[in-house]
Amino acid sequence: MSNRVIKVDALARVEGEGSLYVRVKDNEIKEVRFGIFEPPRFFEAFLQGRHFMEVPDITARICGICPIAYQMGAIQAMENAFGVEVPGPIRDLRRLIYCGEWIESHALHVYMLHAPDFLGLSDAIQLAKSNRDLVQKALRLKKIGNDLLEAVGGGRAIHPVNMRVGGFFRTPRKAEIRALIPDLEWAIQASHDTIRLVGGFNFPDIEQNYTFVSLRHDREYAIHEGRVVSNRGLDIGLPEFLDHFDEEHVKHSNALHGFQKPGKQPYHVGPLARYAINYDRLHPETLSAAKSAGLGPVVRNPFQSIVVRSLEILQVCLDALTIAKNYEEPDQPHTEPVVRAAVGYGATEAPRGLCFHRYEIDDQGLVKTARIMPPTAQNQKIIESDLWKVVAAHLSLPDEDLKWRCEQAIRNYDPCISCATHFLKLTVDRE
Amino acid sequence: MSAREKPRLGVFKFSSCDGCQLSLLDCELELLAVTDAVEIAYFLEATRKDMKGPFDVVLVEGSITTPHEAELIRQIRKSAKVLITIGACATSGGIQALRNFADVNGFLDIVYARPDYIETLDTATPIADHVQVDFELRGCPINKYQLLEVLNAFLNHRKPNIPNYAECIECKQRGTVCVMVAKGVACLGPVTQAGCGGLCPASHRGCFGCFGPMESPNTTALADRFLNELGQDKGTVLRAFRSFNANAPAFREESLKHE
Ligand code: SF4
Ligand code: SF4
Ligand code: SF4
Repeated sequence: MSNRVIKVDALARVEGEGSLYVRVKDNEIKEVRFGIFEPPRFFEAFLQGRHFMEVPDITARICGICPIAYQMGAIQAMENAFGVEVPGPIRDLRRLIYCGEWIESHALHVYMLHAPDFLGLSDAIQLAKSNRDLVQKALRLKKIGNDLLEAVGGGRAIHPVNMRVGGFFRTPRKAEIRALIPDLEWAIQASHDTIRLVGGFNFPDIEQNYTFVSLRHDREYAIHEGRVVSNRGLDIGLPEFLDHFDEEHVKHSNALHGFQKPGKQPYHVGPLARYAINYDRLHPETLSAAKSAGLGPVVRNPFQSIVVRSLEILQVCLDALTIAKNYEEPDQPHTEPVVRAAVGYGATEAPRGLCFHRYEIDDQGLVKTARIMPPTAQNQKIIESDLWKVVAAHLSLPDEDLKWRCEQAIRNYDPCISCATHFLKLTVDRE
Repeated sequence: MSAREKPRLGVFKFSSCDGCQLSLLDCELELLAVTDAVEIAYFLEATRKDMKGPFDVVLVEGSITTPHEAELIRQIRKSAKVLITIGACATSGGIQALRNFADVNGFLDIVYARPDYIETLDTATPIADHVQVDFELRGCPINKYQLLEVLNAFLNHRKPNIPNYAECIECKQRGTVCVMVAKGVACLGPVTQAGCGGLCPASHRGCFGCFGPMESPNTTALADRFLNELGQDKGTVLRAFRSFNANAPAFREESLKHE
C-alpha cells in the first residue's frame, strides 16, 4: 500500500463544517487541502445598504460562538468612522462582556471540544461518564462566561441585544455587576485547576516557526483594542491592515484564505499569537501559572494551544473580577453618533484570533461597502501547513488514526467554520 | 433503562451560524440530565461519533442554500421519526434569505473573487419548504428553555407548550414600560411571536423581530404607525421587516410593499 488518500468528510467538534484531503504517493505527501464547505452566506454583500445601527445585530449572526467579536468590531468601526469616543465605564463594560465571551468560548473548546482528544475519548459525554465532577466544573465555568454575557448583554448570551454604536442601550446596575463577583472568584480557582490538568497532557512533538499576528495594547492584554503587531517587526494601525494582509479564493474551499503580503505568506492568529506578542501584559498570577505549567514566553507547538487557552481563561477571569469590583454606572448609556460619510476600521481579538472590519458609510448612515476578515479565514493557510507536518510525522499510522491526528491538528485552532462564512471532510489519497 | 433503549437524538446543521445548536450546549445546568435521558447519536459540534440513523428525534438548524443541502435534508427526514426545526434560519430561511430579494450572482461577485468555484442556490429557504416538519421552534437564536420544553414534550409524546401570542404580552408580564408609547421608539413587538422573554424593550430598545411573525399579525397597521406617527421613511420600514425573518411570508409581503 504505497499510495493512499485520506478523507475526512465532516469534521467533528468544530463549529461549522470542514473537510480535509491528503494525497500521499510512495510515502511522500503530494497534496494537503483543508477546505471549508460551509455554504456561503454573503454577509458582506447584504450589509450594503443597511443602516449603520443595524449592522452589529446583523454581523452577530456570522457566528453564534463569538457574536461579541462581530458586534464589537462593527461597533468600533462605526465609532471610528464617526469620531465617537466612549467614556471609561462603557469601555470597561465592553471589556467585561468580551471577557464573558472568552470564558464561555474557551471553556467550551478546552473541555468539551479539545480535551477529549488528549484523553482518547470521542466527546465530553464520555468524559462525563469517567469524570462527572470535571465536566460539571467545566459547565459551571462556561456558565459563568454566559452569565457575564447575559448581565451586560441584555439577558441573552448568543446574539446579545444590548450593545450599540456609542455604548449600550441600557447600562447594567451596579448591583447586577457586583453580583458576579463570587462566581468570578470561584472561576479563578477553577482556571488554575484547568491549567494544571491540561498542562499535564501529552503533546505530540511538533514545532512551527510561525509568524504570529495579534493586537497589542499599551497597558492591557489585548482583547478589544490595540495595534496590529507581529513577532517579525510589524506594528501598524488598523487603517494600514489591508496594505499588509489580504485573502484569496482557492478552489477547494468556500472560505477565503488569508495571507500576508508580499509573497502570500501564511500567518498565525489566535491564542498562541496573542500570548507571544502580549506576554509582558499578562497578569502576574497568569504569568506564574504559565511558568508552573512549563511554558516560556513563546509557544510554537500548536497542540499546546489548549494550555495557552486555559491561561487566557485565567487572565480574563482576573480582568473581569477587577472590572466587576470597580464598576460604577455611567451617566449616559451611550453617546449619540453624528453621522457623516466616512470610512471606519475596527479589530478585536475573537477567542480564536484577530477579526478585522472595514466599513464605508455614506452621509445618510448607510453602508456602502463592508469588509470582514474573520480569524478562521486568516488561519487557513497555516492550518494546512501544520497538517502537512502532522501527516509527514505520522505517515505510518493506519488511516483511521491518522485521520484523528489531523482532526486534532485542526481543532488546535478552534476553527469557527461558520464564521469563515463557511466544514471537515478528510480524504487521504494514497495512490 | 439501558443505554440501548434510550431515545436517539440527532442534531444537524445546514446554512447557519451554529448559535441555535449551541443553545443546547448552553443548557449547562440541564445538559448532563439531557445526556442521561437521550443518546446523542449525531451532533458534530459536540462529538466525533458518527452514527447512522434511525433517530427518534432530530433537531435541524439552518436553511437550505445549496443543491447538496436540499438532497441531504430529504435523507435525514427518512431516518427521523420526529423532525424539529430550530431557529429563524431553519424556520424561515434566516438572515441569509436576504439573497431571495436580490440577484445572487451580484452577491457572489461582491464576496468572492472566483464565483465559479462556488455552488449555491438562488434562495435560502426554510426546512419545511423541502420536507415535512413536525414542529418549528422560533428565534434567532432559539430560547434554550423553550428548546428543553420542546425536547421534553416530544420525548414524552405530548404537545409542546410554546406560546404564539405577540411579544407585547411578554412586556406586560415583565412589567416593561412600552418603548413605543413612552419614547416613540419603533418596535416590531406587536407583530412578533413571543418567546425571548421580552429582552429588547427591557433593554430600552425596540424589538427587531428575531422570533418572526406571530399568528395573523397586522403588519400593515404597524407599518402605518412607523410611517405616520414615528416619522420613519419607507426604506427604514422596509429594512425593519427585512432582517432575520425576511423570508417569513408576513414579513416578506410587508417589506415588498415598501420597495
Ligand atoms: S437562527 Fe440565528 S442564531 Fe440560529 S442558527 Fe440561524 S442565525 Fe444562528
Ligand atoms: S415595547 Fe414593543 S413589545 Fe413591548 S409592549 Fe411596546 S410595542 Fe409591545
Ligand atoms: S425583543 Fe424581539 S428582537 Fe429582541 S430578542 Fe425578543 S424577539 Fe428578538
